[in-house]
Amino acid sequence: MIERFSSGFHPFVLPFLVGMFFVLGYCLVGIFRILAQLPREDRLKFYLSLITPKTAWKNIRDIFCDCLLHVKLWRRNRLLGYMHSSIAFGWFMIILLGHIEVILFLPERIHLFYYPIFFNYFVAETDSTIQGSLLFFLMDFFLLVILSGITLAIIKRVRSRLFGMRRTTRQSLTNQVGLYALWAIFPLRLLAESFTAHISGGSFLTIPANWVFRQFLGNDLNMLPTWWAYSIVLGVFMVVLPFSRYMHIPAEMMLIPLRNAGLKLRGARKGFARIQVLSCPSCGVCIDACPMSVSKANLKDCTVYLTRQLRRGNERRIAEISDKCLLCGKCEALCQVGVEGPELRIALRSERKYALSPAFKEVHPAAPAATGAKVLYYGGCMSQLVPSLGRSVVSILEKAGVDYQWMDRDGGICCGRPMLTAGRLEEAERIVKKNTEAILASGAEVLLVSCPICYRMFREKYTLPGVKVVHYAAYFQQLLSEGALVAERSDLCYVYHDPCELGRGCGIYEEPRRLLGQLSGIAEAPKSRQESICCGGSLGSLSLSFAQREKMTRAALDNLYASKADAIATACPLCQWTFSRYADRPVRDIAEVVDACTHGKQNNP
Amino acid sequence: MTDFGFTLSRSATVDLDRVDRSRYERLVALAPDARICMNCGSCGATCTAAPFSGMSLRKVLLGLQRGQDVRPLLDSCMLCGKCTMVCPRGINTRRLILSLSKVYD
Repeated sequence: MIERFSSGFHPFVLPFLVGMFFVLGYCLVGIFRILAQLPREDRLKFYLSLITPKTAWKNIRDIFCDCLLHVKLWRRNRLLGYMHSSIAFGWFMIILLGHIEVILFLPERIHLFYYPIFFNYFVAETDSTIQGSLLFFLMDFFLLVILSGITLAIIKRVRSRLFGMRRTTRQSLTNQVGLYALWAIFPLRLLAESFTAHISGGSFLTIPANWVFRQFLGNDLNMLPTWWAYSIVLGVFMVVLPFSRYMHIPAEMMLIPLRNAGLKLRGARKGFARIQVLSCPSCGVCIDACPMSVSKANLKDCTVYLTRQLRRGNERRIAEISDKCLLCGKCEALCQVGVEGPELRIALRSERKYALSPAFKEVHPAAPAATGAKVLYYGGCMSQLVPSLGRSVVSILEKAGVDYQWMDRDGGICCGRPMLTAGRLEEAERIVKKNTEAILASGAEVLLVSCPICYRMFREKYTLPGVKVVHYAAYFQQLLSEGALVAERSDLCYVYHDPCELGRGCGIYEEPRRLLGQLSGIAEAPKSRQESICCGGSLGSLSLSFAQREKMTRAALDNLYASKADAIATACPLCQWTFSRYADRPVRDIAEVVDACTHGKQNNP
Repeated sequence: MTDFGFTLSRSATVDLDRVDRSRYERLVALAPDARICMNCGSCGATCTAAPFSGMSLRKVLLGLQRGQDVRPLLDSCMLCGKCTMVCPRGINTRRLILSLSKVYD
């Protein structure tokens, strides 16, 4: 390979260089700003994680798997996975191969940024090129891979259902400019390389294309305009990148190490939260996931639009979107980059200033009597509204001969989670403190919880030394396997509905199913476990009224009906209450099922 | 007088011409739901805080309309949301209570 121009420069590289330096400068400043916004301890944690071999390796692996290969996306939908990884990995390989070519053939030019990108314009083939034929082949191969990905991307614009997506995001203007520039980059590269292929050499794609073009465009004058176009499109893409969704490409590479360092969201605007917002690729997976999207009026209240409005700084919409959400967590569970939609919204809600801040002077949780009972049952507020739940739990405990005490039988206080999700963190803390004191004073060793909302709160926000917080499904399972309860199988078939707070919130999917499976038939709904649909009753939403939620509840019920089960079982009093309003078949809590289908060891009926 | 263990309630006269309803009006502007309350008291019947401080959203709304200070009642609300679920008028009571915190400033 020899150089065609001794200067090694042509003005057509300028648009590319401008874009390149702009985006590099922008990202560099961004990195320093984000790091400066992190609280000091988080920053130290982050630096420490970078030099810890284990997390450093995890960072490299995650960036490679998530940003280049899109492994998670492959699992979700193969076409979607192929489309993304072909473009991301293919592009990465083209850049890498370009550098290898420069290092091998013209090592003195490696300091020029544009050389690996426009290599084929600056060189001419010599007799020794055969050594580079593998590289040429790989270049053409990866270009073909990318072009196939771009073709899929164009098809996806028209028929997103082929890719498993019912709805996609409405893209803003900058996103569209970025998108069309991205689509144009690779066909233009193919054209440019094809026009120069008889000088610079090529492979299975560019050489035949060169031959075809020469048949009817018989001179070399087309060469330069296409290289110009290629460079301009690259430049446009890189200039709009920071203002479009393509910012997720550099942002995700920063998000992964920050997450691996174990940082948690603090606030919704700066530091870690900002990186999450920038990492949103605006793909719209959360639109189909969102239970609210059954109503057209709520289509623009999914996480993808929250991140967009956070970038735009549209405070009115930010408040609206963050208040409406049910905090079911499905967008977070399905998000490919790990944007924590619910946590972002809670953080946004906590920014509000309220003139009144309840001190709960008059509120005192019922002090459990020191009966020496080892098991303390906390029914939560909802056990008052759905008394069948508390009754069943108590009946089971009595059948099994457990020495227990019902902490809030005659009215207790809230666990604090509704206050927390309303963004009133200090007030929630006050409630937590009151409950903690009462629970610790009781001397119990096991805190039995039957409400997943309370259970999540106890797990995440309470410190109860010496007290084990146990979910009732696990506890009843233990009673059954110890023989304290004897199962009598019923011939009903239940479909189990995963409550948001228990499933996605606490990761408990299997225990209730195992328990139900021992006592009755069990069916599975089409969308279950991580993809379970919120019942619509969630207290997470501050602005949705119950009338507006009916459509969501009915959609969640339709999903459960599809399993053809006789009855619905759930492990959340709120879900049970919400479903019971509209369901055409019985809705039971698993405690009721356990109570109906077991008897004690002693009193064999 | 014989002590029967209970007393008559103190006579409470509300002069609607004199009370300051500005807070109620501001609440209605923030959360128009407040106007459709029919004072059935379901909210108070299910309220988690009721046993401690007599909290009831019905009382709060009536108190506001009569220009009374309802802050002691609000001080015990834990936003647990049971009142929202039982409200026959479908009032979003949690939002109402959060809006109430805004009319006191």
